[in-house]
Amino acid sequence: MAGIVGYGAYVPSYRIKVEEIAKVWGDDPESISNGLVVNEKSVPASDEDTATIAVTAARNALQRAEIDPQNLGAVYVGSESHPYAVKPTATIVAEAIGATPELTAADLEFACKAGTAGMQAVMGEVDSGMIDYGLAIGADTSQGAPGDALEYTASAGGAAYIIGKKNTIADIETTYSFTTDTPDFYRREGQPYPSHGGRFTGDPAYYKHVFGAAKGLFEKTDSKPEDYDYAIFHQPNGKFYIRAARKLGFTPEQYKYGLLTPNIGNTYSGAVPLALSNVLDKAEPGDKIFIISYGSGAGSDGFTLTVNDRLKEIQELAPKTQDYIDDKHYVDYAVYAKYKGKIRMA
Amino acid sequence: MRDVAIIGVAQTKFGELWDTSFRELIAEAGLGAIKDSGISGDDIGAMYVGNMSSGLFVDQEHIASLISDHMGLNPVPCTRVEAACASGSLALRQGIITVASGYEDIVISAGVEKMTDVVDATPAIATASDQEWEAQQGATFPSLYAMIARRHMYEYGTTREQLAEVSVINHHNAQYNPYAQFPFEISTEKVLNSSKVADPLTLLDCSPVSDGAAAVVLCPAEDAHKYTDTPIYVKASAQSSDSIALHDRRDMTTLDATKVAAKKAYDMAGVTVKDIDVTEVHDCFSINGLLAVEDLGFTEKGNGGKVIEDGQTRIDGDFPINPSGGLKARGHPLGATGIAQACEISWQLRGDAGKRQVDGAEIGMTHNVGGTGGTATVHILSRDKN
Repeated sequence: MAGIVGYGAYVPSYRIKVEEIAKVWGDDPESISNGLVVNEKSVPASDEDTATIAVTAARNALQRAEIDPQNLGAVYVGSESHPYAVKPTATIVAEAIGATPELTAADLEFACKAGTAGMQAVMGEVDSGMIDYGLAIGADTSQGAPGDALEYTASAGGAAYIIGKKNTIADIETTYSFTTDTPDFYRREGQPYPSHGGRFTGDPAYYKHVFGAAKGLFEKTDSKPEDYDYAIFHQPNGKFYIRAARKLGFTPEQYKYGLLTPNIGNTYSGAVPLALSNVLDKAEPGDKIFIISYGSGAGSDGFTLTVNDRLKEIQELAPKTQDYIDDKHYVDYAVYAKYKGKIRMA
Repeated sequence: MRDVAIIGVAQTKFGELWDTSFRELIAEAGLGAIKDSGISGDDIGAMYVGNMSSGLFVDQEHIASLISDHMGLNPVPCTRVEAACASGSLALRQGIITVASGYEDIVISAGVEKMTDVVDATPAIATASDQEWEAQQGATFPSLYAMIARRHMYEYGTTREQLAEVSVINHHNAQYNPYAQFPFEISTEKVLNSSKVADPLTLLDCSPVSDGAAAVVLCPAEDAHKYTDTPIYVKASAQSSDSIALHDRRDMTTLDATKVAAKKAYDMAGVTVKDIDVTEVHDCFSINGLLAVEDLGFTEKGNGGKVIEDGQTRIDGDFPINPSGGLKARGHPLGATGIAQACEISWQLRGDAGKRQVDGAEIGMTHNVGGTGGTATVHILSRDKN
């Protein structure tokens, strides 16, 4: 069966605090922090974008995979902030890591779950024997409209997964997806910022699909929350994540390592991939992991994983997720606006 | 003029009803009331619908036609009436006048609002204020009521805790209301510590954004026994106007429209405030619930906080208020509230209010306000014909 052979993370080092953003718009920072369960978010520098994040994460994944990049048969990059509307991020990555020319590549979009959708595609290609190894990346430099609630959480980061059948560090036993047409959050071509449905993004969107996929995954694997060591969910903010985890019956011990949003914001397509990389950095052989991603539009991809012995051999071969989270430098709103291209230049 | 009775009532659940559309809501309530009354659709002479802002919320006007169409009532004449959050009680009043005058025999009065199709309801709700001199100057509804609260606290020493108690009591009552949006208790601490909205009001001082509909069936009092063993008689229907803008009021801490309508209602019904056993008031914000206690005459101006704090407005108190949970905990789909209040009082007077029943309730009252007090309606209902 297909499994993870190598994984790698990247989070930009700049941070902006909730108080700093709240100061500009006259919001009450405590209300925001407590309400959303978020303290600060990552900010990409002006020379960073989804492509650079994806490349760094991919290089880290290759370090851990210990394979020749020429053996990669596919590269998929899932994002909602691809640098180009037409011209794939995936080929930039493939070229940068030395995987070209014998491979297939494409970009994916499904809001925050494009990365996990890419993982499913690669799993299929590996399991069918079409390729030996494939690379799936979830990465974003997401935009929040100035003054909108999402500005407190829309951040940047990504993680990459090399999937194959040999020398896996974790086997992906099952995948189950739950998908409907639900327009909770969207951005038309050419619009700088996304639109969202306010409270419609809660019960009819996030929770419906996360719970739908979780229920299906429990049924498909005939398992219960107690059977897992770790649980990971999509995390637009800390509040949704914790509520989902608790309602499904998981304990803080199980879900705490998977929650990164309070310290780096919501990295959108990078969110569940980064949460998983953080958990893999700390996991032990034999650990079982339960994962539910979510992408607006809407859908959730569920996975169950069991960690193998090889994980211990390769955890240290690349920077850990926590290393990137801890490497931080604060900026104020003016520098943040400059880096995010929110200042109208001549 | 002849007397009028309510022979059927129904409401939908109030809440964020993502899966229920505007037209489904009103059909559910309207058809529910028709079923409750035992009339046939062919008996209906006219329909009145209260709705504040279908245009801004669901891009639909001409809802009178949409509703009669969707409820299968064509060619029954249907009329939409509007006075912001008092739209429901206006529909009730117009229905009553139509039956009382003899123009029609069976009339449906309904109210509906679908507020959750927009991301932010604030701009639509703000159209209940003076657009030129309030809304466009930066006022929102919470801020206008916050100013009323601040003035009341300044003039009468009303405390933050007394305001919070309005919400606490509402939530306590709502746990027994199957239609309520928030059927659970909350504590004073929770109210005080909830997010700031407009100082001194916090999130839990404010009624929510809600979807919902309610309807009642009216008929001449002399015919009521043909349809039901528990007709509820309309003893008074009064309505009054005041300045639309808060800053033009005689006294910021008094809703004169409530006082005028209440006096007219008491006179019409031949009762005083002391005869009222149960009341549904317009607590769009906790302060307005407090003002209602004063302006309807339950206590003198400035003493509202004290009587609420002393538990007088609880179901077992001297003057029970909002056994349904009120706007705060039952929910506040703007156009539906005025009719939902009439539904609750009807259930109370019928003895059908379950665990939120006010014992022995014989005379009830509803109080519905538009905007910050530009319109107020007071209805008095009774179990007895006389």
